[in-house]
Amino acid sequence: MNDAVTIEPERRTGASQPVVLAEHIVEIISDSGEGAQRCGQAFGAIAARMGNGVWTVEIIPAEIRPPARSTAGASGNRIRLGAGRITNGGGQTDLTVAFNEQVLLGRVHAGDLKPGCTILLESMWREDRDPAIAASYVQVHDRLVAAGYDVREIPMERECHKLVADARRGKNMFALGMLCRIYSLDLELAREQIALAFGKKDKSVVTQNVALLEAGFDWTQRNLDLRFSIPASPVTEPQIVVNGNTALALGVLASGMEVCAMYPITPATSASHYLSDVFEKVGGLVHQAEDEIAACAFAIGASYAGKCTVTITSGPGYSLKQEAIGLAVMGEIPLVVVNVQRGGPSTGQPTKVEQGDLLTTMFGSHGDAPKVVIAPSTIEECFYSIITARKLAEAFGMVVVVLSDASLATSQQPFPRPTFDAAWLAAPADQSRVPPGMRPYDWDEITGLSRRFIPGQPGGMHTLTGLAHDRASKVAYDSDSNEQSIHARSLKLATLQKTLRPPVVHGDADGDLLVVGWGSTRGAIEEAVDGLRAEGLRVSSLHLSFLQPMQPGLKAIMQRFGQVLTIEANWSDRPDDAMIDADNRRYSALAMLLRARTLIDIDCWSEVKGQPIKPSSIRRVALEKLAAATGEQA
Amino acid sequence: MSDATECLLRLHDEHHALEDYQSGVPRWCSGCGDNAILTAVQRLCRDEDLRPEKTVFVSGIGCSSRLPHYMNTYGLHSLHGRALPIAEGIRMARPDLAVFVNTGDGDCCSIGAAHWIHAIRYNMNLTVMLHDNQIYGLTKKQASPTSPIGTRSNTTPHGSYLEALQPLQVTLGVQNVSFVAQAVDWIPETLYDILRAAHRHRGFSFVRILQRCPEWLPKMFEPYIQDPLRVRLLHHERGLSISPGLGKIYRNQLEHDPRDLSAAREVASGHDPIPVGILYHNPDVPCYEDLRQSGPARSPEHIRAGLEAEFDKFTIWPHAVPATAAPDAG
Repeated sequence: MNDAVTIEPERRTGASQPVVLAEHIVEIISDSGEGAQRCGQAFGAIAARMGNGVWTVEIIPAEIRPPARSTAGASGNRIRLGAGRITNGGGQTDLTVAFNEQVLLGRVHAGDLKPGCTILLESMWREDRDPAIAASYVQVHDRLVAAGYDVREIPMERECHKLVADARRGKNMFALGMLCRIYSLDLELAREQIALAFGKKDKSVVTQNVALLEAGFDWTQRNLDLRFSIPASPVTEPQIVVNGNTALALGVLASGMEVCAMYPITPATSASHYLSDVFEKVGGLVHQAEDEIAACAFAIGASYAGKCTVTITSGPGYSLKQEAIGLAVMGEIPLVVVNVQRGGPSTGQPTKVEQGDLLTTMFGSHGDAPKVVIAPSTIEECFYSIITARKLAEAFGMVVVVLSDASLATSQQPFPRPTFDAAWLAAPADQSRVPPGMRPYDWDEITGLSRRFIPGQPGGMHTLTGLAHDRASKVAYDSDSNEQSIHARSLKLATLQKTLRPPVVHGDADGDLLVVGWGSTRGAIEEAVDGLRAEGLRVSSLHLSFLQPMQPGLKAIMQRFGQVLTIEANWSDRPDDAMIDADNRRYSALAMLLRARTLIDIDCWSEVKGQPIKPSSIRRVALEKLAAATGEQA
Repeated sequence: MSDATECLLRLHDEHHALEDYQSGVPRWCSGCGDNAILTAVQRLCRDEDLRPEKTVFVSGIGCSSRLPHYMNTYGLHSLHGRALPIAEGIRMARPDLAVFVNTGDGDCCSIGAAHWIHAIRYNMNLTVMLHDNQIYGLTKKQASPTSPIGTRSNTTPHGSYLEALQPLQVTLGVQNVSFVAQAVDWIPETLYDILRAAHRHRGFSFVRILQRCPEWLPKMFEPYIQDPLRVRLLHHERGLSISPGLGKIYRNQLEHDPRDLSAAREVASGHDPIPVGILYHNPDVPCYEDLRQSGPARSPEHIRAGLEAEFDKFTIWPHAVPATAAPDAG
């Protein structure tokens, strides 16, 4: 980009060659209702169709109707584009499009913009009739310029007015045109994308939006020297682009479950919103119960009656369901519980990511209540994990908890369009006669499994009870029955564990450091590890999808590394705090579990900032860990 | 005759005896009103020819909630206060089952009160028996929400402080109420008649049964049992009729139209004499499970088509133009 320094606005011809980049992070932000979300999604979709790796994060204001032009009101999307597969939101933003300086300021304060980041800023506010607004604009603009940001003032409103009366309702497509030009995206594809997005509406809507798109493209070509190209590998397969919550809901459809019982809670609810819209088309239903407990109880009732049911919630709702989950464990009623984790305890940070519920899902309820706990680590896994969860729940007569989180819930990453498989679906409820002599809890001595009797089956009548019971489901008054039943329920976890394969190490099978994670941190961990390995460092990573039971072979894998470190978004005491020492340090959840299971001196590093952990943070921690080990050896 | 036809004809011919619904020996105290309720329920199942495998008794926790254990049907003895939402889930999943709920005054009116209110509004087809003995029995004598003011218990040794909650008035005050009745355990004939009417009503049938607890409150209903005039039988051509034998003992009678909600609320506000009979019955309130029925039957093909349609919405199709060939209008 040799000619980049010679730009003069309104004179550029756009003949320059694009700068080739490996990746870039782009944001588009506006007041809510100005369409930045739609622009960002379309931009991500076009890039993905061209074969770029894409990870999109929704930027959502905490309030429903934040005041216009407020720092807390930023609404939009953050799109990380790359030449290869993109597995996480990455670091700071390279280029941002802002419809006003206040929402931009919000992003600056959040520390989300890279130093020197390019800012395409709507310039209309400079001449605003309200002198306070004009002054605010000039002040923020000058401050950002002084801070070294590459601020480009763009007359988006003025240009849009040439085509539409209400520029507020078209600016997002103008911005999309700008971004298409800047990132060398195919304009024809963008036209197609608009036709798809607005296809249901009047044809004139599509025509108008395409005109705005082209105007943005042309204006940028004439006036800006910014031009990038991110090499793409042509896609050959259709891809699905949804966020993690929609993927969970699609998983519910695909799993053959018929009922979802829920109570509204952030950040889980959008899964149920989507499901409410589509479930009935395939004969399912979403029941919004009067509270979290009722939602879980309703799900248990439907499951007991032969239709495995899901209840979807977040941390505080999960806590409320705990007693009912204990009943499902005790009665061996299949049940799928999705916990889209958020910051806690208590109301905590409802819209922010945290992995703080691992131990409570494993050990929660009361008494010995073994449950299966699995954690999707990608958007694609959000979809498949529900199908797996339903199958495990029914095959083992267990509660299966799916631990997602706020980061997966609001991120989008394309994944191959699933090919429907009838085997995903649940079998119809067994209504055949129960053979004489069979009992409802004829626990197998080796596996702990028993055949479940479903209402409607002649000869299977019994009362399922939350009380300790014997094989006939009779209340246990003797000393052995209780222990027998606890034994059997625990055995089922071991039986499931015997069917699992050892997890696959990312990187070499041995080395100096193994980074271990679970859930949404996978992309960031593997990216950091790949970077370190490219520099010749002997670092690998391991990501656990099964938290309970854990996959086999963990100890053997870990023993081949000099050090093992978990990276988690839950609290762990900092070893350098004055009060913290080896006797009292509280470890991160997974680290604690792995230490107990493997007796290996596993360390942990964690962060609870409510933001996805960045690859750069993991890289820094891993380097420190490696350096410390080298120091010890020296 | 095909096997299926024969099977159907046999179903029609099948009859059950009382023993077919009995399971085990109840472990309630002797003289406990729950025994009377169990007997009435078993008789109802027999007379209505309910297939044991198609019948589910759901309960919460408490003395009342042991009832499913003594029924040779399916049963779910669940959690304290949560019988109603569990029964709702069963009903929603399986319209082919007859679902009964047995709950107590602590279970329904205290820890499960939120569910009770909403269950009335859902109006799902459930037959609900509130075993109201006005005391916590299984946990050994604590005051319940329906304990009369002044009730001495282990948590209120100087007498309970608050006026009793009135379950009939509460139920009659909730939108979508469709069936409310009151029975007493010591008049088995009316108890049975009421339970039959409740079972035959399609909707949320709420039957409060005043039930004696000989262990903790042995004298609570004694005055009412001794003096039949302190029980007022409700009768109407749209409700129950009183048999001649019963009418001779219980002469305090009131003709009450169960379709009249205002009159029902008036009746519910009286406690002495105790009103016994059907207070309210409206067969026209829609059931939640009917409102939520989605038309088409589920089949793998149907689900596949629905899922593919959703995938279509979110699919980005591969593009033939290589990434480097973006048009450059300049």
